[in-house]
Amino acid sequence: MPVSPPVQATCVSHTAPIVKAMPTFSREEIVHLGDLARIALTDEEITRLQGELNVIADSINKVQEVASDDVPPTANPVPLEAYMRPDVAATPLTQAEALSGAPKTEAGMFVAPRILGSEE
Amino acid sequence: MAEKLMKYAEACKQFDPVFGLETHVELCTNTKLFCPAHIEFGGEPNTQLTPVSLGLPGSLPVVNKTAVDYAIKLGLALHCEINEWSQFARKNYFYPDMPRDYQISQYDKPTNGNGYLDVELDDGTVFRVPIERAHIEDDAGKNTHVGGADGRIEGADHSLVDYNRAGVPLIEIVTKPIEGAGDRAPEIAGAYMRAIRDIVRALGISHARMEQGNMRADVNLSLRRSPNDPYGTRSETKNVNSFRGIEKTLQYEIRRQAAILADGGEILQETRHWDESTQTTAGGRVKSDADDYRYFPDPDLVMLHITKEHIAEIEAQMPEMPRERRNRLKAEWNLTDLQMRDILNADALDLIEETVKAGATAAGARKWWLGELSREANAKGVSLEELPVTPADVAQVEKLIADGKLNDKLAKQTIAGVLAGEGTPDEVVAKHNYKIVEDTGAIDAAVEAAFEANPDVVEKLKGGNMKPMGVIIGAVMKATRGQADAKAVTKIVMAKIKS
Amino acid sequence: MSISTETAALVKLSAAEQAAKIKAGEVTSRELVEAHLAVIEAAEPSIKAFLKVSGDVALEQADAFDAKSAEDKAKLPELAGVPIAIKDMIVTKGIETTAASKILEGWVPPYDATVIEKLKAAGMPILGKTNLDEFAQGSSTEHSAYQTTHNPWDTERVPGGSGGGSASAVAAFEAPLALGTDTGGSIRQPGSLTGTVGVKPTYGGVSRFGAIAMASSLDQIGPVSRTVLDSALLQEIIGGHDERDSTSIPEGPRPMVAAAREGAKRDLKGLKVGLVKELGGEGFQPGVEARFNEAVAQLKDMGAEVTEVSCPHFPYALGAYYIIMPSEVSSNLARYDGMRYGLRVMPPAGVPQTAANMMAYTREAGFGDEVKRRIILGTYALSAGYYDAWYGSAQKVRTLIINDFKAAFDKVDVLVSPTSPSTAFKFGEKMDDPLAMYMNDIATIPANLAGVPAMSIPAGLSDDGLPVGIQFIAPQQRDEVMYKPAAALEAALEESWGGPIWNDLKTPWLGE
Repeated sequence: MPVSPPVQATCVSHTAPIVKAMPTFSREEIVHLGDLARIALTDEEITRLQGELNVIADSINKVQEVASDDVPPTANPVPLEAYMRPDVAATPLTQAEALSGAPKTEAGMFVAPRILGSEE
Repeated sequence: MAEKLMKYAEACKQFDPVFGLETHVELCTNTKLFCPAHIEFGGEPNTQLTPVSLGLPGSLPVVNKTAVDYAIKLGLALHCEINEWSQFARKNYFYPDMPRDYQISQYDKPTNGNGYLDVELDDGTVFRVPIERAHIEDDAGKNTHVGGADGRIEGADHSLVDYNRAGVPLIEIVTKPIEGAGDRAPEIAGAYMRAIRDIVRALGISHARMEQGNMRADVNLSLRRSPNDPYGTRSETKNVNSFRGIEKTLQYEIRRQAAILADGGEILQETRHWDESTQTTAGGRVKSDADDYRYFPDPDLVMLHITKEHIAEIEAQMPEMPRERRNRLKAEWNLTDLQMRDILNADALDLIEETVKAGATAAGARKWWLGELSREANAKGVSLEELPVTPADVAQVEKLIADGKLNDKLAKQTIAGVLAGEGTPDEVVAKHNYKIVEDTGAIDAAVEAAFEANPDVVEKLKGGNMKPMGVIIGAVMKATRGQADAKAVTKIVMAKIKS
Repeated sequence: MSISTETAALVKLSAAEQAAKIKAGEVTSRELVEAHLAVIEAAEPSIKAFLKVSGDVALEQADAFDAKSAEDKAKLPELAGVPIAIKDMIVTKGIETTAASKILEGWVPPYDATVIEKLKAAGMPILGKTNLDEFAQGSSTEHSAYQTTHNPWDTERVPGGSGGGSASAVAAFEAPLALGTDTGGSIRQPGSLTGTVGVKPTYGGVSRFGAIAMASSLDQIGPVSRTVLDSALLQEIIGGHDERDSTSIPEGPRPMVAAAREGAKRDLKGLKVGLVKELGGEGFQPGVEARFNEAVAQLKDMGAEVTEVSCPHFPYALGAYYIIMPSEVSSNLARYDGMRYGLRVMPPAGVPQTAANMMAYTREAGFGDEVKRRIILGTYALSAGYYDAWYGSAQKVRTLIINDFKAAFDKVDVLVSPTSPSTAFKFGEKMDDPLAMYMNDIATIPANLAGVPAMSIPAGLSDDGLPVGIQFIAPQQRDEVMYKPAAALEAALEESWGGPIWNDLKTPWLGE
């Protein structure tokens, strides 16, 4: 029977202080989130998301009401500790299998468009 | 455009450098950190993948026990606290070589925290480098840039991605800010990196070949006017992959930052790159919101439980650490600091130890590896290890000398035969019929012949002038094809001139 | 093609009954597969449950099963030879798998999910891949990038979601069984809306290896069927420990089949049943409450002791869910970047043709609105400065909900509630109101947050003639505890109705 892992299963505070206030989504914020999530949102989508997310945020923000300091967080609902697998090799995918779904390949490799940007 | 630099000595006089090193060590496990794909250096591209390391939809990571064991070993060697519970987190960012577009690393609950490493400098000074953490994470794939100059990313038309390296286990060793190094900062950094390399090799957890990228470091540096001031803004020079590069990066950054600060300028918090060809660091990306990695506990991986019993089991397998071993051997072999350093610089410690273990004396082993064999290696441009001669061969030759079966000259010829691929020392000796001539009759005759050919020398010898003795010995050696023992020849000559 | 009465009669049998016919030598696996393929062909124009029908694969598997010796067949599980449909969220080697997203269009996986390996080993032919809301995100299956699935009870209405395809396929007799995935109710809510049985096992009870991840700490694969016993039989096949899933429970499957058979005896004396006070009342349709109350009365009649229990933190579950789920979604869906599989869209002219822009335009074109909404929300919840307030708080709420369940299970053996606040709604009714759509899962989400097992079975038809579901919830790793009262209630209700709920379903595609 595995020992139950400790319940403090969350990453500690990132840099900024705790925001207790209701977050509001500005247009700039949505644009920034689109960049972080690598989605080229259209202007129309940004406008719509701004409205929707503010409504959603309003309804889910109340989680903060009961999340007091004395409540430990839970990351995984079933108390398990990691199973560690033996360092034994299994049959890998063939190169053809690995590349089978790729949008573009060259010389057995996946093709990425150029990584650094430049003015067009 | 060349950047303004301050003279190094002046920079260190005006400013106090604080530096830090984040060293990535690639572990030499059989399979990847989170899947059973076999790892091999230089295989065909994209052939060392399972659905997990290719990041296919639906695939899930399962941690490799050997990688965890290796991390514990390193933690013990670095005097770290090994946490009973550690956790993998996701570091989210997009890059073509990242199969899942997040790296699995350890964030606030690393396996190893809070240790130190004592680093010995050339003059024998010991400097304690404080370690913040040594955590486990997985590597990304490799990009090859096509269409630009020299395979550089700048100006490339596109890149080709090989994910074979994706998922290879790494340990990142992060130092605390290293203070009090002064102008010895580069030297300490270099010695620290070499010490890490020696440790991971002694532990057998990494090949630690910097040229193959098994080991690389990010070098952080900030300057402040006085040790009492708070830390200044730091630059982070990424992926430096040679010991000299690390030393030179620090030197360069100290000079560059000092020049900016002396002019009243401000240091940008940025990532930079060491350029080996220009011996400078180049500015890269300024830290920004884009560095919001959105760490959170990886919900696919539950917490790692490292029990006391597990640690004890690993502890029992720990080999002697390199510094302790050096000190022990130095004492056992009666070496001076300088002699030991020569051995280390020649990378001959293991070879000499092996040779001693095979029966040679320390002095004998050292003489061969640092003398004849070092010259040979230099001439051929290879390492000592790559020479076609083993410690057992050297020990065998030493034994033949000790047994009086070879003299110095024959011994060298024997080693030359081994190097030439003629076989073991015994085989070389047999092939050339090398042996010291012990037949005094033959030597006697040769001495007589030499006397006859050099009457003037005989006169001098009889008169008590021993200087030309070499002429007679040389002639005897020649006549016996070097197989006479010089001492025996001298004895006979002395007896003859006295009679 | 018209369906013969023999075929119609055959596909209307439960999976266990079909298996019994195979054992008795009255039908072969091939005949069963052919019967279902015929129904699929007839039903699909009006139901649209399948994204891909894998008839050839299914027939090949059926033939392989039929060719086995009697001795080898005897070693296989009870459902051997019975075909099954698979939600297209589960990876199938050689069969296109898309998660109903444009971004994975045309992707043919080079590997099988663990549950698919188990089904293959059990000799169960795979009929095809069923429709869902894109990446299982939605409660109506309207968010599929490919097609809209219709509810067999009223083809003007949604089948629920995200697993509307699996639920409709089983309800329309296109398949006797299906697999679904349940992250916030995606098996149980469609079960409720289509009159099918849908089970979300204990988290970790069924391997997630090969289930395309939506929210890893909530996702669970489970059975969809027309009877409680069929789900029990299927869950015992797909359950058990898997070394390829770190969140898999080491212990084997629970004795669910035995519990379901025991339940069919309709004796619940000594069983303590808790009505969850917070999962009812306001927001629940009167017709739903009426059927639910009648079902509870049946439980009492069979000897169960019914009390009301309070789970005071359940009102916070939806908020916690809409933080944790999108956070994990934002990270799990990062891999769809146009590099290794699926769609690639280059930026339009005038935009630098870089890898980063390729990824951004691929993801813009490849993901639908609901997926983008959740990715953006999750990206926000994890970002610097907001992490503690949102993600941290949500994980604490999760602890509180787990504690609510623990306290409740100290008092009772099993909890009950309506599965969904409403019966099936019309297409488009909730598409423009994400919050109203999210409310569909209000009763199903707590079980996902706490990892406890839960199932929905039909409780009858509402005044509008549409099915209503009742949910049973059991303690973690005690899945058998809910199977017994569920099977008992099923038997009692069928007796009161004079037959299974399916007798009331009009099935014109079966030529009736």
